[in-house]
Amino acid sequence: MSMSIPGPGRRLGALVAVALVVAACSSSATPAPSVAPATQAPAATQAPATQAPATEAPSASAPAQGGATTIGSAFSDAVPKAAFQAMMDYCTQQTGVKTTINTVEHGAFQDALNSYLQGTPDDIFTWFAGYRMKFFADQGLATNMNDVWAKVGDQFSDAYKTASTASDGNQYFLPMYNYPWVVIYRKSLFQDKGYAIPKTLDEFIALAKKMKADGLVPLAFGDKDGWPAMGTFDILNMRMNGYDFHVGLMAGKEKWTDPRVKAVFQKWAELLPYFQEGALGRTWQDAAQAMITKKAGMYFLGTFAGEQAPDPAIHDDLAFFPFPVFGNEWDAEMGIDAPIDGLMLSKTHANPAADTALLVCLASPEAELTFLKSNPNNVAANKNADTSGYTDFQKQMQTILAGSNRIAQFLDRDTRPDFAGPNGMQGFLQDFLGNPTQDLDAYLGKIQAFWDSLPPL
Amino acid sequence: MTDRVAEMSVKVPPLPVTGGTATDLVTPGRKGRGPLLLSRRDMVILALMAGIPAFIHIFFVWVPTILSVLLSFTSWNGIGGLDRIKVVGLKNYSDLVSIYQPFWPAVQHNLIWLGVFLLIATPIGMLFAVLLDKDLRGTRFYQSALYLPVVLSLAIVGFIAQLFYAPEQGLINNLLGTTGQNGQQLIDWLGNKSLNLWAVLVFASWRHIGYIMILYLAGLKGVDPTLREAAKVDGANEVQTFFRVVFPVMAPINIVILVITLIESLRAFDLVFIINKGLNGLELLSVLVTNNIIGEASRVGFGSAIAVVLLTISVGPIVLYLTRSQKGIGE
Repeated sequence: MSMSIPGPGRRLGALVAVALVVAACSSSATPAPSVAPATQAPAATQAPATQAPATEAPSASAPAQGGATTIGSAFSDAVPKAAFQAMMDYCTQQTGVKTTINTVEHGAFQDALNSYLQGTPDDIFTWFAGYRMKFFADQGLATNMNDVWAKVGDQFSDAYKTASTASDGNQYFLPMYNYPWVVIYRKSLFQDKGYAIPKTLDEFIALAKKMKADGLVPLAFGDKDGWPAMGTFDILNMRMNGYDFHVGLMAGKEKWTDPRVKAVFQKWAELLPYFQEGALGRTWQDAAQAMITKKAGMYFLGTFAGEQAPDPAIHDDLAFFPFPVFGNEWDAEMGIDAPIDGLMLSKTHANPAADTALLVCLASPEAELTFLKSNPNNVAANKNADTSGYTDFQKQMQTILAGSNRIAQFLDRDTRPDFAGPNGMQGFLQDFLGNPTQDLDAYLGKIQAFWDSLPPL
Repeated sequence: MTDRVAEMSVKVPPLPVTGGTATDLVTPGRKGRGPLLLSRRDMVILALMAGIPAFIHIFFVWVPTILSVLLSFTSWNGIGGLDRIKVVGLKNYSDLVSIYQPFWPAVQHNLIWLGVFLLIATPIGMLFAVLLDKDLRGTRFYQSALYLPVVLSLAIVGFIAQLFYAPEQGLINNLLGTTGQNGQQLIDWLGNKSLNLWAVLVFASWRHIGYIMILYLAGLKGVDPTLREAAKVDGANEVQTFFRVVFPVMAPINIVILVITLIESLRAFDLVFIINKGLNGLELLSVLVTNNIIGEASRVGFGSAIAVVLLTISVGPIVLYLTRSQKGIGE
């Protein structure tokens, strides 16, 4: 009797054993096949684009270019997706260049960018400025757009140009818009309770204490996704040690074991009692809701937190101020994180003249404003953009950005991606938040050791 | 010539590879086995039947595996060709155990996962199967209710878990009055490192129990009822009948269940990845492999080293299983 069972049972078992091997190595197996076919010489691909004849590309106002181009877009949410389409439609009309947009969900877009750019990428793709742009430019996966910058460069401030320039001194990025990281609050709550906007850290702490006494969470906070806490580290580091030190640290010129970094984490630990409890289990969206529903008094985040208040009445009630100064030599610099989003050119774009014409148009204030009309949580990158149509929310952003003398991108845009990601800083910052009283010297030693273990770029 | 072929055929009875006439291949079967007679056509068919699966297996399983092992001694960011791959010797492995913070927690979590599945979830699933096998009233309802989570993908289970465990809006905190608002204490189910793995394991087990239950139930249905009757006649009670008669008879199914439990524990991934990308107390080896290899700046060599560790751990149960089942054939 028992003889009848072993047959199929054993076969199933064997199948399962095979599946086990497959499961164990399938994720590692994925990259293996790409060893062979990737034979392009990255160094060679950097050169040709500079030769793109600048004379061929007509100015944005003369619809003469024609041609077609494809655009890889990470604007997958409904609102920005429609806005991006409208922006492209505007430039198609202006330049005669036909555009095809291929949209990919933004998380997947970021994760896949590496292999996407090595395969058959679209001619133009959406990306971020700063180190994250530099990384792909340095790997020879992008084409510089010096010809575009030659035409439109005077319409962007130096900060934008710097953020668009890679290690070789060429521009590989066209900024579309940016948004500052600020302390967001509801005007009506501040009015009702008679709170004043804090300018210094002492005033900030005093206000936080008052809010606590009023039964409010002073600062909403959520770091389940690992990256929002980076903004808090950035601003504390810039306020306490200045922009140059911060950027040096991000670039690996300064050490994480530096006592100045330790001071930042000590200060953060001191401030943590004013932050919303249980941040590691909360998304930024939920934290924003706490501020929007007046359970929390303030929230330090990018202005995109406004997306969580789709009701215009509530959105109009949102206001914000720059993170308070600490009363030291860096006060005047008013450093801020204001990440820039924009466009890049892939290494093998088919129709350079059409792409240049299109990008010149996309750099124009009109194109940027077309995009921002339906997404008012950002401001246009082009300094000639007509700001009269801005909402109060956008005007405030404009004012704060104008008052910031040093603009950083964001931790995961200012440093190498393998250091910033889930293996590195995301995990480290969560570790700190979960255990802020730990031995900071040992903690920072681990971060520096991880940095040192990364391969040279 | 004839002797040599005969000799070889004895060594490898089912698959004589050298040519020869049919009569050459007649071997004096051992232990009373009948003579083996293969025509040329049979041999071609045999070669195809063995060859194609072997090719698929080698090409899609062993070649990538060996490449992974080789890559684990290198440093490569996934960009460019072979010339960009740098051999770094054992550096990936030494970094892994000394500098890479998530590694040891991940190993520990995988072991906890395995322990919970093996000692709690799987026995519960088997118990449910035994109970359902008794044809209680409403068996079909219980069966469907318990099996339901298996139909859901683990990603969906992850979303459900988040609805339960969210700090302010979550069901559990609202029932317990632990939302952290209005002076209440907050229980941060998914954010607290010492809680979240167990919270997630509840949902992982919820699904695993149903899976084991249905497999075991199918096995129980196949047990010859006369065996139970015989046990009853001999005066065995329910518990004795199960442990002395039914359980031993089900040995092959038990091994399948064991192997499935091992696989499920080692390949655990989706649930934690959906919840927080496998960070902060939910690190698992499979997630670390993904985090290193997929993404903007991949560390293919380093990720491969973690995959090799995972493979090494997986090989243990496979070897155990194969040796046990080989023994079964010998008898």
